[in-house]
Amino acid sequence: MSMQLSAHLPALQIVVPLIVAPLSLLLRNPRLIWMAAFAATATCLGIAVALYSQVLQQGEIRYFMGGWAPPIGIEYRIDQFNALMLILVSLVGTVVLPFARTSVDKEISRQRQPMFWTAWMLCFTGLLGIVATGDAFNVFVFLEVSSLATYAMIAAGKDRRGLTSAYQYLIMGTIGATFILIGIGLLYMLTGTLNMADLAARLPDVTQPRTLKTAFVFIVVGCSLKLALFPLHLWMPNAYAFAPSAVTAFIAATATKVSIYVMLRFFYTIFGAEFSFGTMPLGEVLMILALVAMFSGSLVAVFEQNVKRMLAYSSVAQIGYIMLGISLATTTGLAAGMLHLFNHALIKGALFMAIGAVVYRTGSAQLDQLAGLGKKMPWTMAGFVAAGLCLIGVPLTTGFLSKWYLVTASFDAGRTVIPVMILISSLLAVIYIWKVVETVYFKPALALKPGQEAITEAPLSLLVPLWVMVAINFGFGLQGSVIWQTVLQAARQLAGES
Amino acid sequence: MKHHSILRIITKLLIPLILLFALYVQFHGDFGPGGGFQAGVIFAAGLILYALVFGLDTASEVIKEWVLMILVPLGVLIYAGVGVASLILGGNFLDYNVLAHDPVHGQHLGILLVELGVGVTVAAGLTTIFFAFAGRGRRNPEGALITKAANPTQEPQR
Repeated sequence: MSMQLSAHLPALQIVVPLIVAPLSLLLRNPRLIWMAAFAATATCLGIAVALYSQVLQQGEIRYFMGGWAPPIGIEYRIDQFNALMLILVSLVGTVVLPFARTSVDKEISRQRQPMFWTAWMLCFTGLLGIVATGDAFNVFVFLEVSSLATYAMIAAGKDRRGLTSAYQYLIMGTIGATFILIGIGLLYMLTGTLNMADLAARLPDVTQPRTLKTAFVFIVVGCSLKLALFPLHLWMPNAYAFAPSAVTAFIAATATKVSIYVMLRFFYTIFGAEFSFGTMPLGEVLMILALVAMFSGSLVAVFEQNVKRMLAYSSVAQIGYIMLGISLATTTGLAAGMLHLFNHALIKGALFMAIGAVVYRTGSAQLDQLAGLGKKMPWTMAGFVAAGLCLIGVPLTTGFLSKWYLVTASFDAGRTVIPVMILISSLLAVIYIWKVVETVYFKPALALKPGQEAITEAPLSLLVPLWVMVAINFGFGLQGSVIWQTVLQAARQLAGES
Repeated sequence: MKHHSILRIITKLLIPLILLFALYVQFHGDFGPGGGFQAGVIFAAGLILYALVFGLDTASEVIKEWVLMILVPLGVLIYAGVGVASLILGGNFLDYNVLAHDPVHGQHLGILLVELGVGVTVAAGLTTIFFAFAGRGRRNPEGALITKAANPTQEPQR
């Protein structure tokens, strides 16, 4: 009757933040809540790292919720890929939370903060739950938990346009979740099971290929909506632009990435690569959409005047890169896509934190309002430029790494046009990042409006998290080969090669 | 409030029965149809009926909003607490077998407590949602409801 902590890590990964969510409504005091939230998030990071090392030592971890064995009970199943995803989500959470404390204090009224932190922790719980579970229906449940919390967080800011963009996201997100649910329902109808491994074992014997294909299409479209794949990305720019800064940094780095995880889980673990890329023309469809996303996203970003919206459109383009790697349908392509998934999460996290620090001081994310900030907020803007270099893919940075492997994977797959496309699209990224750099460093500062306080450097509580994130990015870039081997190993396991 | 005496008397007669039926659905849920969610909805329906017939001011004196704000998270904590208790007692998360000496007893106790948590949160949550909609335009900047008792001079808008 003794409790072996290490055996229960998959459950604790979800339970720890889940308990803090209702607790924050009871604690009332924003300081106490924040401390509880940070303790829980940092614990989650520790648990995720411990889980990854357990997976490396013992292989897949299986955990039966309530002691009920699958396929009847809900099973949590951790392999290398989702252990890495757990690390990503909790790492982003741990770095963004200290940033969020200061930023939220300014952007959300004190009475609303307990509820805001409840939503934040529920969102965090939901994202971790989606990643950890081995049950298809449980994925949907956690998807709803995290999405509903996200809608509330986006609407929580002072900007009332947040309300309409949250509503827009709510409608689109609900359609996406419903599509996923219909797909899962059809799979259940075909096989009588919801457990992922059990589904994978039973699907090859399915005698109604039409229902199976319908289920597949519903899930692909549902996931594409959630991950904002072109042309289903229209909810994203407004949601990112009008959400509180900390929320944008957090969800831009995690929510869409977790949706990509769900998609990959369905492609590889449940349907199998042979069905997804052989029977269904998924590779071709995804490749076209990914290429259009890379160009349309970057082009719109070039002409965008609000930096938060610009970064959101840049996300559309970057998600294009990730999907491009996946659409190659090779293991190296998959690994390159996954690597870009991790890199982009960290890069966008840093960029949105930098612009969040600007909003903290100036109250605006409009490009023309940023003029001359390079002198007033040198550290913030240097952080933006550093993360921007990663986004463009300058050698020695994370972005270079994943683009390099994307190019190699495309050559390996015999697609010689794609490297050119990647290069051109990266040049577009140079343009929109340069636009910001030009305004910030080479334009004279705006005169202060009457009654406006002089703009100074962002407080340390914003700068330190920002620079920690930037440092992680450059650390990744320097440890390139190690990171690549780690991701490649996870991709091989996902594709069933090891 | 002098009008609608039939409505008021019938409501007064019905509300105890509704609340009692909610408790029946709650605690008989492990043997028959029912459970925490259904019971919570029925219980909240009783409270909402009271608020509809007797007005928001009277209702908000009977059902304090701060109590609701404690009950909503409390139910979730009861649910999660059962899971943590089973973890500490050596089982998996939410493994009710270890909650009592006998696994059957443990299962019984576990589902009872978990459903109680669900019932508390659903009842309080639905009532909170009702108050949130019904109290629109009647809240001070701190988000508290402006009642006649707190502000006797100002007649709330209907």
